[in-house]
Amino acid sequence: MAERILEVDDVTLRFGGLTALDSVSLHIEEGEILGLIGPNGAGKTTCFNVITGVYTPTMGEVRFRGSSLVGLKKHQITRKGIARTFQNIRLFRSMTALENVLVGADANHSSGVLTALFRSPKHRREEADGHERGMDLLEFMGLAGRADELASNLSYGDQRRLEIARAMATQPALLCLDEPAAGFNPQEKAELMALIRRVRDRGYTVLLIEHDMRLVMGVTDRIVVLEFGKKIAEGTPADIRDNPAVIAAYLGVDEDAS
Amino acid sequence: MTAPLTARDRLALQWVGMVERWNSLPRASRLLIVLLLALLFYALPLLRPPILTTQQTDFGGIMFSSAALALVAVGLNIVIGYAGLLDLGYIGFYLVGAYTTGVLTSEHWHWPFFLVLPVAIAVTMLSGVLLGAPTLRVRGDYLAIVTLGFGEIIRLIVTNVEWLGAARGIKDIPHPPTIGPDPKPPFGEGGLFTIPHLSWNGLIPSLDENRGTRFLVFGAADAIPYYWLILTVLILVLVADKLVKNSRVGRAWEATREDEDAAELMGVPTFRFKLLAFAMGAAVGGLSGALFASSQGGYINPLSFPLLLSILFVAAVIVGGAGNRWGAVLGGVLVAYLPERFREFADFRLLVFGLALMILPVYRPQGLLPPARTIRARVAEREIELLEGGEDTGPTDDGLDGPEGPDGFGRTNSTGKVG
Ligand SMILES: Nc1ncnc2c1ncn2[C@@H]1O[C@H](COP(=O)(O)OP(=O)(O)OP(=O)(O)O)[C@@H](O)[C@H]1O
Ligand SMILES: [Mg+2]
Repeated sequence: MAERILEVDDVTLRFGGLTALDSVSLHIEEGEILGLIGPNGAGKTTCFNVITGVYTPTMGEVRFRGSSLVGLKKHQITRKGIARTFQNIRLFRSMTALENVLVGADANHSSGVLTALFRSPKHRREEADGHERGMDLLEFMGLAGRADELASNLSYGDQRRLEIARAMATQPALLCLDEPAAGFNPQEKAELMALIRRVRDRGYTVLLIEHDMRLVMGVTDRIVVLEFGKKIAEGTPADIRDNPAVIAAYLGVDEDAS
Repeated sequence: MTAPLTARDRLALQWVGMVERWNSLPRASRLLIVLLLALLFYALPLLRPPILTTQQTDFGGIMFSSAALALVAVGLNIVIGYAGLLDLGYIGFYLVGAYTTGVLTSEHWHWPFFLVLPVAIAVTMLSGVLLGAPTLRVRGDYLAIVTLGFGEIIRLIVTNVEWLGAARGIKDIPHPPTIGPDPKPPFGEGGLFTIPHLSWNGLIPSLDENRGTRFLVFGAADAIPYYWLILTVLILVLVADKLVKNSRVGRAWEATREDEDAAELMGVPTFRFKLLAFAMGAAVGGLSGALFASSQGGYINPLSFPLLLSILFVAAVIVGGAGNRWGAVLGGVLVAYLPERFREFADFRLLVFGLALMILPVYRPQGLLPPARTIRARVAEREIELLEGGEDTGPTDDGLDGPEGPDGFGRTNSTGKVG
């Protein structure tokens, strides 16, 4: 059995009176693509926010490779090996595509003012490493030709891909993608899903939020379904497809609504 | 139907072209050009070129204050331009640097100038950290208010603390050491040799027999050696600024400015980097203050540090183009130089200057010299607009701005919600 890389253990999160996550437990195994689905407002993004340290759970635990993440700062969690993208694109808009990725790569670096001032060997090694990794990732995402463009000048699709490249640059073990294909046409969505499979083949574990049921079925190994902050189902795509609770949750809900 | 590029677009294009041509020059030629340019700037107050030279006030002195304000603007640009932290009380750091120098060299101790300089920088950095540590955790406009308060409180402190000279200030702050024999007034000029100035008859230059600068005497008589000193410091700071900006530190600053949450989630310890920007900015502010304290007059008092000056510092950065070190230099020079150059218009000059400060943000919100990549991006955007406009309905001037609207500096996402 594969090792559990992340465990969300009985997590509850309340915003005032609203219970956004209600005793949610889920785990992700090393090397898999886990789909997280559910209707609008189900708590998927909130789940990401708890994992990445944006919110502290009201109750419960999040463990990464066995050690608790609760109480750690956001940047510490990233440096432990969890990276994410955002449902609403949040690039560093007036920086170039390459610079965006370099910021991600810097998560593994430690040079500071003094090493930069004296161009120390460490600084030069880290800069070279960042550029190499950055260009490699841009290439992988099909963005190499846009490296020197401002992020805000990229097309919508390129911005979405740049977000993934930036997150990958932090060298995470676990990559969390929040609706990376939102706003894409079916053709683009299919391409992105193929890309996500290749991301996994590069050795990343992927947690994927996606609205489009059919798409999720095709790309994920396992699926967790949330509704109103509760986990209502968990299993292989085939299990989920036939699960009456899931069908009920999605009934009358347009799959493509976002 | 397709409107040609506007004059402004063409200017921007030319600028981008120049920058690109410059970057493609071999390293050796670039170095040579930079050296020649630096030499020209060192020689400027000796050459006294017509038009540029101020007639009613000492030109060397104006050059000194222009370079000094450029230095301040470069320091403040780290805080405002790179890290996006609106610091309205930068004068406070300037004051701390100046008073540290005053106390250590004149008021209570008599340390040598070049020993005091690093101490003044360190003390100012410390004050930056002390101010930043509690305040930088809070986001947004709060910081502007707190720093404004800091600038004013620190001035009130020196006005009221007797140990710091109170309202009478600190006098007899020593000048930096002379190179060569010390001047022995009234006859011994000191220094090693005299460098003559030029005087101009129309466009014909001649050596001016009555004017010369002793190499190298720092004293009340001649501001030019001070100008050289501060120009040297400015160049060193600019080099350091470039090295730091093009590193992990500079990227972390910009990422934090653009989107603090996203930066944090990409592994940037944003608080630590904001504090670092504050400390670096403070260091340059303290350095400028120390140089100011030991400049010609050798005298400081609380009135030398009005809040208005703090606002002028911010204006210099914004006018020049926040985020670009050359913009900061230009802004600092303009803010110091223009009011002096047009002294003959008496009080009108300040009125006109104020008006210019108000008009500029409307027509050029990104400042005179925004970062090159911003210009390049704008030109590219404009070209695409024109291409698209040419194909269908024809160009509209502002309508095709895209979904994003104009981009200035500042944060793009200030809501607390992450999603
Ligand atoms: N910061 C917040 N403060 C208050 N309520 C919040 C906050 N963030 C999320 N919520 C609420 O929590 C619930 C879950 O929101 P969440 O964004 O996690 O849904 P989602 O599953 O990602 O939906 P979508 O598919 O629309 O992205 C919603 O009712 C939302 O309004
Ligand atoms: Mg969501």
